[in-house]
Amino acid sequence: MNRYWELLKRELRLALRQGSDSMMVVGFFVLAVILFPFGIGPEPSILARVAPGLVWVNALLAAMLSLDRLYQADYEDGSLELLILTPAPLELLVAAKVTAHWLTTGLPLMAAAPLLAIFLNLNAYDLGVLLLTLAVGTPALSLIGSVGAALVLGARRGGVLISLLVLPLFIPVLIFAVGCVDAAQHAFPWTGQLAILGAILLGAVPLGLYASAAALRQAAE
Amino acid sequence: MFGLQNPTKFLKFAKLVGPWFALATVLLIGSGLWIGLFASPADYQQGETVRIMYVHVPSAWMGMFAYTVMAVASAIALVWKHPVADHVAKGSAPLGAGFTLICLVTGALWGKPMWGAWWVWDARLTSMLILFFLYLGYMALSGAFDNAERGAKASAILAVVGWVNVPIIKFSVDWWNTLHQPASVTKAGMPSIDPAMLIPLLLMGVGFTTFYATLLLWRVRSEILQTRIRNIRLAQIHGEG
Repeated sequence: MNRYWELLKRELRLALRQGSDSMMVVGFFVLAVILFPFGIGPEPSILARVAPGLVWVNALLAAMLSLDRLYQADYEDGSLELLILTPAPLELLVAAKVTAHWLTTGLPLMAAAPLLAIFLNLNAYDLGVLLLTLAVGTPALSLIGSVGAALVLGARRGGVLISLLVLPLFIPVLIFAVGCVDAAQHAFPWTGQLAILGAILLGAVPLGLYASAAALRQAAE
Repeated sequence: MFGLQNPTKFLKFAKLVGPWFALATVLLIGSGLWIGLFASPADYQQGETVRIMYVHVPSAWMGMFAYTVMAVASAIALVWKHPVADHVAKGSAPLGAGFTLICLVTGALWGKPMWGAWWVWDARLTSMLILFFLYLGYMALSGAFDNAERGAKASAILAVVGWVNVPIIKFSVDWWNTLHQPASVTKAGMPSIDPAMLIPLLLMGVGFTTFYATLLLWRVRSEILQTRIRNIRLAQIHGEG
């Protein structure tokens, strides 16, 4: 567990020193959502109707855009090989990386969501549900995305490839997250969808960790 | 596994069995098409368009079956490192993508007269579309590396991860929205489809399976031969140097 914290601290220190990366993800997220009122018109009721989907689709894209730097830098400068050679299990490294990725993208996205709720005319109760789905759903995105990021190491045009690999696997998260907020908007019970989202997250933990570690091992061979 | 993980034995096996599969394909698809198109009744509601089913349904089956073959072969390749398993997985992907595409296109052609639209966002259509994208991702990844062996390993991991995800995608999409009729052949008890239609459908189903097997054997054979040619060339280059 100690190693996990050390690795996490390393990742966070690197992210903070490089600074602007996670702000750029949030900037993309906010800007992309702001484009939609221009595209579909400023009618408040329409915006409130499509708000959960808009926020989620753009959160998905923002999370995906930040994936290619997850292992790429360590792969290029060789520190990934050293990290693989340490006696700590590789899954622990992946866990630390994914946690750091979520702290630097998922969490800032959640922080930006209330602002977007104002822009999109979403009321406070629905915003609360939306934040809950983001809290449960974005860690699953980081876990699944980590597999994709590890698989494309050393590939030609990895950044484009990653979207083709990862987006189809993101679809269940999107469906249940948006379904949850939709149900809340129409005053239906919504805890069921949230529970399934939680189940997806729990399933993604072992799958993401083991598959990412396997992918990193074959990338470093 | 009968020694088939040995490429030489596999080549022998493919040479022996391949023609029989090809013959079975011609007979089964030929008779299935003839019965399906001419000798079976039209549906009392859907009229003649129901005949699209004899291509649509078997290709949907094969689209899913090919993915399972790909994932199982990938798992075998990852665990036991059998070279033939890699070739099977790699060869299965374009075939499965082709069947999935046929299923989507015939589905659109069938949907236009029946539902009044080429495409509806229904659970089954959507999950087949996602399956098609999973195939595309797999093929893109396996071709994205300069080192073919790395491409094979990376895409094998992807195929196994995708296999775990396919049921999840299927159920999530089912809950999301559905219009397509439920399964009528594989459900428990008697199939709810008339024998006059069931017989050509099953003929086509088995025919598509042998068609897939024939093509897969060919693809794996040519992959093995290509690998050998590459190795011989490399040996020649090193011999000269």
